[in-house]
Amino acid sequence: MIPASFDYVRPTTVGEAVQALSDGGDDAKLLAGGQSFIPVLRLRMGDPSLVVDLGGIAELRGVREEGDAIVVGAMTTHHDVTRDELLGRHVALIAEATRTVADPQVRHRGTLGGALAHADPAGDLAAPTLALDAELVVVGPSGERRVPASEFFEDYFTTAIGPTEILTAIRFPKYTGWGARYEKFNRVAQAWSIVAVAATVKVDGGKITDARIGLTNMAGTPVRARGVESALVGQSMSEETVRAAAQAAAEGTSPTSDADAGSDYREHLARVLTGRAVLAAAG
Amino acid sequence: MARIRTTVDGLVYEDDVEPRMLLVQYLRERLGKTGTVIGCDTSNCGACTVHLDGLSVKSCSVLAVQANGSEVLTVEGLERDGQLHPVQQAFHDNHALQCGYCTPGMIMQSIDLLGDNPDPTEREVREGIEGNLCRCTGYQNIVRAVQDAAQKMKPGAHAAPQAPQSVAGGGA
Repeated sequence: MIPASFDYVRPTTVGEAVQALSDGGDDAKLLAGGQSFIPVLRLRMGDPSLVVDLGGIAELRGVREEGDAIVVGAMTTHHDVTRDELLGRHVALIAEATRTVADPQVRHRGTLGGALAHADPAGDLAAPTLALDAELVVVGPSGERRVPASEFFEDYFTTAIGPTEILTAIRFPKYTGWGARYEKFNRVAQAWSIVAVAATVKVDGGKITDARIGLTNMAGTPVRARGVESALVGQSMSEETVRAAAQAAAEGTSPTSDADAGSDYREHLARVLTGRAVLAAAG
Repeated sequence: MARIRTTVDGLVYEDDVEPRMLLVQYLRERLGKTGTVIGCDTSNCGACTVHLDGLSVKSCSVLAVQANGSEVLTVEGLERDGQLHPVQQAFHDNHALQCGYCTPGMIMQSIDLLGDNPDPTEREVREGIEGNLCRCTGYQNIVRAVQDAAQKMKPGAHAAPQAPQSVAGGGA
């Protein structure tokens, strides 16, 4: 199908984009990589009067080191995230999860900021962003603010970004030397996660000294498996310990039931995949 | 209407397009490049895959206005002086098609894959074309063709883009 008509602007600075969004009113929408938004337009699930394309804003692309943080521009593509040397070294979990997003063509166009702002509960990048305690940089008419990932994801397809605000960057603390694994369960021809687990752990002298675990598609938002994290920390690394700790993975979740899986099966998947993800991350 | 200037298969085109026009529509309906096909309405199938500035994309999920200033390579731009591209030839030699509808996208994605990984394992080929569906399920020979092409075109696989030639008045 063909999208309904809309006006289109392609600003070259964040300031111009914020202005265009404010001027456009309620029906103005932002276009990032377009790999979810253009299908939404084509299926006429959305009917904006104005599309503000962020593709012309050079400052929104790229990865840089800022002291203790690795800062990823919101318009950095999945393709670039998977190949970035700084992310590979300091924030391996986000690179690992990004490799599983969709397919090569979509990864060439899709962006980290676009995926997080879209906030699809089956999307793969929200859970690692939450697990990694990232901060999301949001710019609006009254300036810039930083939102912790724990406050960013509010509900299905809903984030803390205001109607006239733009997500400009994602700031990750460094996890240098931590192991990382994104363990994903999906139908082969559909890369959306039925359930997935993002795990990064620090192992020192055979002991787990720190752990961060996020769950994909176990609620309307990504969920942190804090029970598992605290059960792991201080333990000697062994398959038995990890499998026992992973039993807490579904605590505090509220998974949906749909054509792919019932909620009880999703809880089972969360426990099994958490065990696998932690073992792989630690190994 | 927005004015766009795009290089497609080595020729420069200038056209006025509605912002809602998809790149695949522009290629097919304005430039007559019907070698690039539309296979689905859900961005799943990859039949419409082309290269945009050297990277494979699904042209149903890119607006024509987003290709302004860019270079597009379609399956129609692969042949050189009557010679098929080695990946096209390998698809022919290995009978890597049944109904053939997925073939243009499969070929464009395979060229992208080989540019990245000139000697992929069978698994790497399957992962590299995971965004392309063959509804006939004829993957066996497709994978065989990609590996055959890899052997025949070592090293370096991206089809060299032609230098832009004269300005052609779009298909409008």
